[in-house]
Order: sequence, then structure tokens, then C-alpha cells
Amino acid sequence: MLTSLWQGKTLPVLAVCAALAVLWYAGSIWLNADMQRDAFANAGRTDYSFTDLVAGTWSQERPKLPTPGQILVELNKTVIDTAPTSKRSLVYHGSVTVSATLLGFLIGSILGMGLAVLVVHVKSLDRSLMPWVVASQTIPIIALAPMVVVIMNQFDVTGLIPKAIIAAYLSFFPVTVGMVKGLRSPDPLQLDLMRTYSANRLQTFLKLRVPASIPFLFASLKVAVAASLVGTVVAELTKSEDGGFGARLLAGSYYGQTIQIWAALFAAAACAWVLVSLVGLADRVVTRAMGARP
Amino acid sequence: MAQSGSASPVIETSDLSLTFETGDGPVHALSEVSLTINKGEFVSLIGPSGCGKTTLLRVIADLEQPTDGTISINGMSPHEARLKRAYGYVFQAPALYPWRTIGKNIALPLEIMGFSKEERAERVRKGLELVQLTGFEKKFPWQLSGGMQQRASIARALSFDPDLLLMDEPFGALDEIVRDKLNEQVLRLWEKTQKTVVFVTHSIPEAVFLSTKIVVMSPRPGKIHDVIECHFPRDRTLDIRETSEFIDVANRVRQGLREGHSYVD
Repeated sequence: MLTSLWQGKTLPVLAVCAALAVLWYAGSIWLNADMQRDAFANAGRTDYSFTDLVAGTWSQERPKLPTPGQILVELNKTVIDTAPTSKRSLVYHGSVTVSATLLGFLIGSILGMGLAVLVVHVKSLDRSLMPWVVASQTIPIIALAPMVVVIMNQFDVTGLIPKAIIAAYLSFFPVTVGMVKGLRSPDPLQLDLMRTYSANRLQTFLKLRVPASIPFLFASLKVAVAASLVGTVVAELTKSEDGGFGARLLAGSYYGQTIQIWAALFAAAACAWVLVSLVGLADRVVTRAMGARP
Repeated sequence: MAQSGSASPVIETSDLSLTFETGDGPVHALSEVSLTINKGEFVSLIGPSGCGKTTLLRVIADLEQPTDGTISINGMSPHEARLKRAYGYVFQAPALYPWRTIGKNIALPLEIMGFSKEERAERVRKGLELVQLTGFEKKFPWQLSGGMQQRASIARALSFDPDLLLMDEPFGALDEIVRDKLNEQVLRLWEKTQKTVVFVTHSIPEAVFLSTKIVVMSPRPGKIHDVIECHFPRDRTLDIRETSEFIDVANRVRQGLREGHSYVD
């Protein structure tokens, strides 16, 4: 029974989680102890035991490092106990972030695929466009996001779109790179075969290059959807009036609500995990239909 | 040439040369190759690695461009012949597209050439029957053995009914027993369909067993060393390999290969 669990995923994953939790709780004691001693001193308490100190560091209202337990309590409160329509609900903020993420992912993926097709088929674009594509990713998104929001605002484009564009800016890159590699993946033999049939470029593209690129595309889409979420959160730091995880992070850091920050981070990570898993699921369904070995 | 008067040439080359320019200087892949292949013949190109046999096949298929000399396929340039879909090509590897089922792989040239859906289905069915793969239509390539995959690729090359079949060491990667079996099948196919076949190999028994004409090539530069006519009956079986006639021809091929070998392995 135990050995079979070890051979599976369950126990190793649990063991790693437990180890992390232990380290985390220890870290909470270490980082929050000074503040707790000050708090005891201010209250005139000197006779506190080590147990009191530890209990204190684990239950502060604004700890430097909240414990996983505190974060879970906050998540429970803001996800389950708060009405999803409330501005204090993480479900509300999550839906804001995820909708911008999905729109950005859609724009980014289409843009990325389009660029890849151009780069593969037009030789001069391979030389002229690719360096710009790479350069675009060297600009810190955190610097670019406010400018995009301001410029968009100038053209009365507000709400979801500016955030989606920033998300798309981050997510098109892996799609372009992966898709270019995928479209170029057919080996000379597979290309020669098309030539012996006198297939035209469009036929070679549709019947060979596109199907060959699908596994590469899905690998890129997984990276892209996560990047899109990061882009949206960064955009929300700039454009916090609409809410979203970014706005929640910003508000948390204004008011020193570390538990709120961590809860938002965990919720964002969970959303990213779900999105990546969904792309992974689509990957499996599509590649299975395309004859991949089970 | 040595064939009967009614034979019409399908492939004619004269003084065909091809030189690849590489970083280490020019490589003479083909040098003054003159060859006539008549309708209905089964011609094997045999020779050691680097003798240009695959290159010659690729020139015929318009996959390489000759640097000198002339070549015509049915009186056309290889380019025109390729555009007219005059030949089916079987590569060393099956080159089946892994995302297509066997049936869809056989239908690939038909889709590209614009055959109707019904026509495609009918031709796929016939093709599968021809190479004895009926029932495997819905399987993906990885579910088939190497020999079955290569048979599927032969069905694919024949699906649009070209008069000329170009085969580049199609059974090179298969074991002896499977190879023997497929050789017999190819022979039956040739007998049944009356195609002209150009077959690249480096196996002497394979060449002698299959061919009406064996072209022995020698390397550096790649050129024709000897052309051996071979007149076994069309309905021959593997048993002929025991006959003295077969052994004589095989010996002549072996000797030709030895003479052409300009280096020692």
C-alpha cells in the first residue's frame, strides 16, 4: 500500500508540500518574531513563553510573512463566504482578470500564429521581423503597461481591451517562436513527398506544415496562457479601478494587508494552473485525434 | 535498345551530369550518364554508397537539377513530367504522415490532385487491397510494422495510377525475410499493373530477382559501369535464385561492382 503510493504521485507530492509547509511556518516565526516581541512589549507583557511568541507570530493581522493557514482562511473568506458580486470577493476579481487574460490570450495567439506564418513563408520577414519580435520581449512589461493604458485611453479604448492588449503583448511571443519551429519541423522527406505530387504552397502548408506544427503550438500555448495572466495582472496594477488580482495586490500593498496580497497571489496561481491545465487537456484531445500514441 | 522494337522509351538521359558545389569543392554526383528506360521495364540501379544512384532517381523525379546533359520523361522535361504527375515515388523511409490514418495517407496525393471523395474512397480501397492491407485503413502508422508501413507507402505512390514508379531503396531498412516477401509482392504488382519501375538498391539478389535491366554504377564520379539485361519470366518466384542463370547474372553484377569500386573498404 505505502510502496504503491510512493510509486504513484500522491505521496511524493504530499511529502514535498509538507516540507514546504514546515519551512513556511518556521519562516513565519523567524520573520514575524521581532514585531511580536514589540507587540508584547507595548502591551507590557514580559512573561510570555516561547509558545506564546510562536502563537503570536502565526496570528498577526499584518504579518511580514503570513502562514499558509492564515492565507487559506483569507481565501475561504473572500472566495466562498463573500458574495461573488462584492468588490471584496476574489471570485469577482478573478473573473475580471480571467476575462482579460482570455481575450489577451486569444489576440496574442492569433497574432503569434499569423506572424509565424509570415516569418516561415516570406524570407525577408524572417530576417526583418524576427529581431523585432525578440526585441519586443526585452522591454519590461511593467514599464510599457502604463503607456499602453494612457495611449488607449486617449482613443477612448477602456475597460477590458487595454489590459487584453498588454496580455497579448506577452503571450504572442512564445506562440510565434513555437509555431515557427513547428511549421519548419517537417523533414526533407515529407517535403519531397509533397513536391513529387506537385503540391502548391497552400496545399503543403495546410496538409503538411500546419498538422506538423500542432504539438509545438500547444506547448507554446501553455506558456502563452500563463504569460497572458501575468500580463493582465501587471496591467491591473496600472489600471486598478476595474478590479482584478492586480488591483487586489496593489490595494493590499497600500494598506499593508499582506494576507490579502498572498491570498490574491494564490488565487492568481490557481487560475493560471487551471488555464494551463485546460490548454493541456485540449492538447491531449487534439493530438489523440491526430493519432498520437496514448 | 536491347528490348524489342515495339518498346518505347519512357526515360532517356544523355551525358547527364550533376555536380554539387560544397565547401570542400565540387562533388561529382553524376558524370555523363546515358541511359534509356523503356515502357514496362523494371530497371534496378545498383552500386555502393555515393555512386549517384539515388541522385539519378531524384533527377528523374525533378527533385534535383542536372548541371549538364539532357533528360526527358515521356518526351517532357522532368519538371513538366512532375507537374503532370507522371510518376509515383517511394522513399527509403515510408514517410507516412503520422497524423493521418493509413487510409488518409494513401488518399493524400488524391486530395492534392483533386479527386472526388467517392473516387478517393474507391482508390484507397483498391490500394489497400493491392498491398494486402485491407482492414488497416483506420490505423495510424505507428500501429503498423515497418514492412506494412512501406507497403502503405507503395499503395500511396500507386494511388493516382502513374505509369512510372520510382523506388529508392524501399526495403533497405527491413529484415531479409520481410524483404523477400515484399520483393515478390512488388514483382506481382509490376506484373499486374504493367508499370515502368526504376528501383534503387544495393542488394545484388534483390536487383537480379526483380529486374529486366540492371544498371551497375560506380562512385566518384557517379557513372554507369555496366548495364546487364536480365530475362527471367515475368511470373518468376523466389525459387529462381537457386538456378545457375540467376547465379551467373548475380556474379556479373558483383564483378561489375568490384571493378567500379575505386577504393578499398
